[in-house]
Amino acid sequence: MASETQAQSPAAVVSSGSIQRSPLRMFLYDNRRALSALAILIVLLALFTLANPAVFGNPVTYRSILTTLPVSIFLAVPLVFIVTGGEIDLAFPSTMGFAAWMFALAFDAGWDPFLALAAAVIIGLILGTINGVLVVYANLSSLVATLGMNFLLRGLINIGAQGYSLAIPDLRNTFFHSLFAGRAIEMIPNQIYWALLFTLLGWFLYNRHVFGSRVHCVGDNPDSSAEMGINVKRTRVMLFMFVGVGAALAGVFSVLINFVWWPTTGDGFLLPGLAGIFVGGTPSWGGVGTVVGGVLGATIVSIIETGVIAAGLTGFYTQFFYGLVIILSLIGHRFNGRRYR
Amino acid sequence: MAEHLVELRNVTKSYGSVNAVENVSFYVDKAEVVGLIGDNGAGKSTLIKILSGVHAPDSGDIYIRGQKATGWNAAKSREAGIETVYQDRALVVNQTIVRNIFMGREVRNPLGFLNMRKQREEAERLMRDIGFTSKVFSPNSLVATLSGGERQGVAIARALYNDADLIVLDEPTTALSLTETQKVFSFVEAVRRKGRSIVFIDHNIYHVYDIADRFVILDRGRVVAEATKAEVGSAEALIEDMRSIARMGHVATETTGLHSPSAAG
Repeated sequence: MASETQAQSPAAVVSSGSIQRSPLRMFLYDNRRALSALAILIVLLALFTLANPAVFGNPVTYRSILTTLPVSIFLAVPLVFIVTGGEIDLAFPSTMGFAAWMFALAFDAGWDPFLALAAAVIIGLILGTINGVLVVYANLSSLVATLGMNFLLRGLINIGAQGYSLAIPDLRNTFFHSLFAGRAIEMIPNQIYWALLFTLLGWFLYNRHVFGSRVHCVGDNPDSSAEMGINVKRTRVMLFMFVGVGAALAGVFSVLINFVWWPTTGDGFLLPGLAGIFVGGTPSWGGVGTVVGGVLGATIVSIIETGVIAAGLTGFYTQFFYGLVIILSLIGHRFNGRRYR
Repeated sequence: MAEHLVELRNVTKSYGSVNAVENVSFYVDKAEVVGLIGDNGAGKSTLIKILSGVHAPDSGDIYIRGQKATGWNAAKSREAGIETVYQDRALVVNQTIVRNIFMGREVRNPLGFLNMRKQREEAERLMRDIGFTSKVFSPNSLVATLSGGERQGVAIARALYNDADLIVLDEPTTALSLTETQKVFSFVEAVRRKGRSIVFIDHNIYHVYDIADRFVILDRGRVVAEATKAEVGSAEALIEDMRSIARMGHVATETTGLHSPSAAG
């Protein structure tokens, strides 16, 4: 598919991207990564439903998934961007926890919840900027710097909270809650609409906006990008800022589920957040990726735990299946193309 | 005599104690192909980077269409219609041809959203203009699926989009096959037919001899000789001259055709 094209005559060999292909084939080829992720999701759903039709045939199961999945989606979309840009951010779990904490504290102190949300997003933006500046201007490896920041922030949370969780039950009766976490349509939690809106915006930003285009270029070849006048440093910092915003939104939505903030809020999302990106078809080498695939990957990861238990296996099997799905899907995505140099 | 398209007068650029370029005068006229040749370390890359605004000369002046340029930098150079295609081509190979052509200069609305259709149409037009006549390629082909010469075509198309009056090609035939080199020459011809100028840097004297109208030879930071194609006579003669220059640092007296630079281009 990716072989060198020898144009010997006008009726030359069809190459990838040739205009002689039918529109359907072109669509399938261009979107092969996201479609592969969709295929994985469908296969898993089918397997789980076969194993336990009672659970996966029951709408209540899906309601539960649709309540927690949006949290992962707010993380997944910016993570697709940052991996496409050739970086990684491992600080998002504690950024999420920190921003959620600020939200809970603000609301608890009597702030209007919308203002508290704004505060959380600004905190996320600031934390993301700090990560970005550390990586880009202090020239640190993004893997190591954000790993360190993850611990540092979690440590700050622990020091500040002293092990106490924060309950904000008053949030239940607010307009804020019904807007973001209510049920406009019976059985479907509103969170999923907001997450889908975020995904849509993310898709446009990734595929139709200057920023997305430059993220692709920077992740592919930062030297070429700089020679062509792209501000590589600024693009990179903005990637971390975006992850910070996503993490803040994820944090607020996670608090909206049970009206409690825990000092561990966010911790459990490190694996699902990252794994979802790769399972969804965004390769680790940068320059290439899919927002839709990332969201599908997050969905895949979020149904694994439910599926494993519903199939009658104990919770001990969950990690095994996480690992299995990750490795198998990566092998599958390998057929979607290699990195060119 | 009509004004030159671009002219460098007595420019000097040194790095520490090394004079990369010393008192060099160099000009390019409209619709002219100038072959800039010399050994490694002769100062060719530094010279073109002064021209493209990447380096500021320590002394000397730059004239664009007869007007002296002040505060010269890369942005002004682009605005003045000078495009440089660097040796590493500056491509992002896992991306489409469209994205490569427009990277850094995207066609967008005030909110930053891309005009995908316009970019695609312009890319198609450019590909046709520079001779990508094969229907096998579409603007959405990945650059990685193109051969070396075709990639060079993309880098050149990118320079053409900005309607450059002068295109500087730095070692464009490095690692290219004969067919691909021929393709680059076709691009050069197409550009020249449009009335634009080219500065062509290459180590392969045969390549340069084929397409250049005039040759400027740098050696150790100075212009040691220049001549038109007619004055030189043949590629072999030019190669022989280059060898004696490398040996002696100046033009040999029995050399046919080459003459030392006159006082101001």
